[in-house]
Amino acid sequence: MMLESAVFYILSAVLLASASMVIAARNPVHAVLFLILCFFNAAGLFLLMGAEFVAFILVIVYVGAIAVLFLFVVMMLDVNFRASGQRFRRYLPVGGAVALVLAAQLVLMSTMWMTDPMAVSTASGQNIVENTRAIGRILYTDYFYPFQVSGLVLLVAMTGAIVLTLRERKDARHQKVDRQLDRPLAEIIEVRKITPGQGVDL
Amino acid sequence: MNTGLMTIGLPHFLVVAALLFTIGVIGIFVNRRNVIVILMAIELILLAVNINFVAFSVYQHNLIGQVFTMIVLTVAAAEAAIGLAILVVHFRNRGDIAVDHANIMKG
Repeated sequence: MMLESAVFYILSAVLLASASMVIAARNPVHAVLFLILCFFNAAGLFLLMGAEFVAFILVIVYVGAIAVLFLFVVMMLDVNFRASGQRFRRYLPVGGAVALVLAAQLVLMSTMWMTDPMAVSTASGQNIVENTRAIGRILYTDYFYPFQVSGLVLLVAMTGAIVLTLRERKDARHQKVDRQLDRPLAEIIEVRKITPGQGVDL
Repeated sequence: MNTGLMTIGLPHFLVVAALLFTIGVIGIFVNRRNVIVILMAIELILLAVNINFVAFSVYQHNLIGQVFTMIVLTVAAAEAAIGLAILVVHFRNRGDIAVDHANIMKG
């Protein structure tokens, strides 16, 4: 009992601290690394709750794909990272005020939360099968269309990203197949008669 | 749900998610120097939403929340890909990604 509380508090503390570092870090590369730490701790929280499948999906998708994508873009764009200190201070009052109100409201709502006992599903079958199998049972049956639509969303995003970033470079050397095929035969080959022992002069 | 979770209630997870959401909002407000950090703040906000979904899902014995978490993950991945693509194109045109200078589209 105590162990789980301790694990919860450690994971939450590291999660919130690294989230703060994500937005406060000067160097975006450090911010991405803190973001990765954030995702790992959130995955730990999910494991603690017993949602193993979502925890591992979070690590695979976020750390394996999204964070690496961020890191790639941060390193590819050669951005000047200096001169950011006074902006941070300039927008801090407004942002801090909004954040304070938002945090107060959300925390108040969360601590006052009462779950209607009727809302809690009492189906006994769910606790017998493990998490991954239970998700698989409903994901491919009851939620089949949302599943397919999320695949479609990924397809559209992929196409959009390619269309946005693809550019035709004018200075690149391409093979011009039609011009190659259109060349008249006379330009390409020349037939000569060679007398033995004379050779060819070009 | 395992029995050990009885000591940590649903409000604990909700408070963590609320604070994470708030940190993400601060990140969008305060950070005006580059768009990448704003995109990362959006990822933090989506992560907070996911924590809420999974917490409710676990404490109400209802797996729909976890299914929806995966859909949110998909949308987050799509959003990150499109956002970073736009960022790369913007950087190619402008030479920097400072938010304050992003006013090419202003008529």
